[in-house]
Amino acid sequence: MEYLLAADHVSKRFGKYTALDDLSIAVPKGCVFGLLGPNGAGKTTLIRIINQITVPDEGEVHLRGEPLEQKHIMNIGYMPEERGLYKSMKVGEQVLYLAQLKGMTKADAKAQSEYWFSRLGVSGWWDKKIQELSKGQAQKIQFIVTVLHRPQLLIFDEPFSGFDPINANLIKDEILKLRDDGATVIFSTHRMESVEEMCDHIALMNKSKKILDGNLAEIKREYRSNTYEVGIETMDDSLRSLELLKVDLLEEMAQRWKVEPAHFKSIHDHDLKLTVQIPEGLTANDLLRYLASKGMVNHFVEVIPSVNEIFIKTISAD
Amino acid sequence: MGALRLIVKREYKARVRNRSFIIMTFLSPILAVGMIFLVVYLTQVNDNSQHTIVVVDSSGMLYKEFENTASVNFEDLSPLGLEEAKKAVEKNGYFGLLYIPKDVKERPGTVKFFGSEVPAFSTLDAIEEQIEKKITEEKLVDRGVDLEMLDESKTNVSINIENFTGERTSKVSNWIKAGFGGGAGYLLMMFIIIYGNMVMRSVIEEKTNRIIEVIISSVKPFKLMMGKIIGTTLAGITQFTIWIILGATLLFILTAFMGLDLVGSQVPLGNMGATDADKIQLILIDILKLPLLKLALFFVVYFIGGYFLYSSIYAAIGAAVDSETDTQQFMLPIIMPLMLAIYVGFFAVINNPHGIVAVVFSYIPLTSPIVMLMRIPFGVPWWELALSVGILVASFVFTVWLGAKIYRVGILMYGKKPTYKELLKWLKY
Repeated sequence: MEYLLAADHVSKRFGKYTALDDLSIAVPKGCVFGLLGPNGAGKTTLIRIINQITVPDEGEVHLRGEPLEQKHIMNIGYMPEERGLYKSMKVGEQVLYLAQLKGMTKADAKAQSEYWFSRLGVSGWWDKKIQELSKGQAQKIQFIVTVLHRPQLLIFDEPFSGFDPINANLIKDEILKLRDDGATVIFSTHRMESVEEMCDHIALMNKSKKILDGNLAEIKREYRSNTYEVGIETMDDSLRSLELLKVDLLEEMAQRWKVEPAHFKSIHDHDLKLTVQIPEGLTANDLLRYLASKGMVNHFVEVIPSVNEIFIKTISAD
Repeated sequence: MGALRLIVKREYKARVRNRSFIIMTFLSPILAVGMIFLVVYLTQVNDNSQHTIVVVDSSGMLYKEFENTASVNFEDLSPLGLEEAKKAVEKNGYFGLLYIPKDVKERPGTVKFFGSEVPAFSTLDAIEEQIEKKITEEKLVDRGVDLEMLDESKTNVSINIENFTGERTSKVSNWIKAGFGGGAGYLLMMFIIIYGNMVMRSVIEEKTNRIIEVIISSVKPFKLMMGKIIGTTLAGITQFTIWIILGATLLFILTAFMGLDLVGSQVPLGNMGATDADKIQLILIDILKLPLLKLALFFVVYFIGGYFLYSSIYAAIGAAVDSETDTQQFMLPIIMPLMLAIYVGFFAVINNPHGIVAVVFSYIPLTSPIVMLMRIPFGVPWWELALSVGILVASFVFTVWLGAKIYRVGILMYGKKPTYKELLKWLKY
């Protein structure tokens, strides 16, 4: 796999406090890379090192295989968690200024910003001041500032905070489109549902260290416990009440399988709802066959651990 | 375009477009010039009221001497006698009565002035001078001195003080020099404080706006800080230049239009005697003889030097805090040396511009911009200026470096009020 960015054994200390402890990560080219971790894990420090805002005490960071240096600044677009623009400066002037600071020529910056302004439907804002815009509107400008200079590496710190659902979706689509066009995206967030939706790879950080990383699907495969959620409708072959039948089935199953009552929504009100863990040596088919002999199988789904569950599980185990 | 140039341009524009900058730049010269004219005008109005003073001269030798001036009219009522004249004064509402007794030549202290109000000093002075002159002349004639011969042999001596380089000075000129030097020094202090605060506010603004992180992901913090300082310096020089041009133009236009005699009015006694006219001319010549160009040039030099020195400290303070209210505790190290410089300037320099205290403080970089500026009108050799500016440049390189270190760490620190101890720690990050 080709890596765009690689950090090798990076450490950073502030006085006695260690912000990063011998951290190594590799970000594959052309993916959305989720950088996760609780507050204070060291994500922001890592992002600042990538942006050359701070210098690591030890270790090296490589971009496209080259040690990070000043010229790479124009290959990186960064949207910090704490958004900020000059409040009393006009939108257009500001966008051009920040793009030129990244090394674009004025003409190029102008052409690019026209493209982005019309793409996000904000063309009329060119001469407005930031303080005249709403928070969500200012966020759109911030997004444009981040992507304007066609960076190969985009770093978003909580990109969706401050956006309403419609605009959040718009930005999400833009980010995915940028990835499809070849950009690599590092994505730092607490919102696990957006991680599920967007990330191809994740790295999990805790207490200044990386505790988990890899392809998201692979990680999930690793964390699966061979557990299935089932909903079964008991056969009505006697005069016994439905509830009693359910109790009987549960007792019978509990002798053979590891079961737990489950709660999920379905249109079958009378189903017995369970999560069943398949023991070593047996497969999902064995369970399905058994269930089919006992009643009508209305629901049969593998329980895949959510990123949220993986997150909580790994952090609390750490 | 280089990043530094971009930043300088933006900072300059941000300063110059600021509403309060525009107001201050264009309004203060108008206000200052307007104030001068108001004062001059009011003085004239004050002088313009005509008073009539009745003279009762029992000696019969003085009443012819009094010449009417712009503000005083003399009326000779000697034939009426003192008592009658008093009544006449009251009846007609005259300003006062001057009584000269018969034996005024022998007892000059017996001249009396009756009036409900105390006359202006200038009027009294003029009257006294004329009486003195006449009596002196009378006495001289009594002793057989030929007045014409005396006039011919009169010599006007005024001592010209000269320094060793041959520049001529006069006694009043010391005060003019002190005035110009003090004014320039004070203005420089105001400039440093005002523009230093601008830099500080701009740093705090970027920090609270959180745009700082976006910018320093593009440029080094040092460049941003320097860009800010240079941009603001240029704004300061712009303001200073506009003030000089605008002030000079306004003064010229107003003088021409209103036909006011500025110099004459500043000294209300100007028309009283030839010696005063001489003095005014001297003052004018003294002002013109001042190294005004040198003063303006070094104002800019010391503004840039002193400003760089202080504004890097201001920038570091701005970076260290979260809001302007937190800056108070760090202001002392800035205000103290500036105040000290002003005091040294006003006391030591004016007392003895080349004394040891004045010289030493015009080398110490924290005070040299102000103190040296105050010394310049008194004539400072070029090598001293070069040394002082050299020390200043060397120290601002140091404080800029120091300020940048604190700035670099401070701009990313939020939420805690830093202490001096903490700032020291930041230097090691």
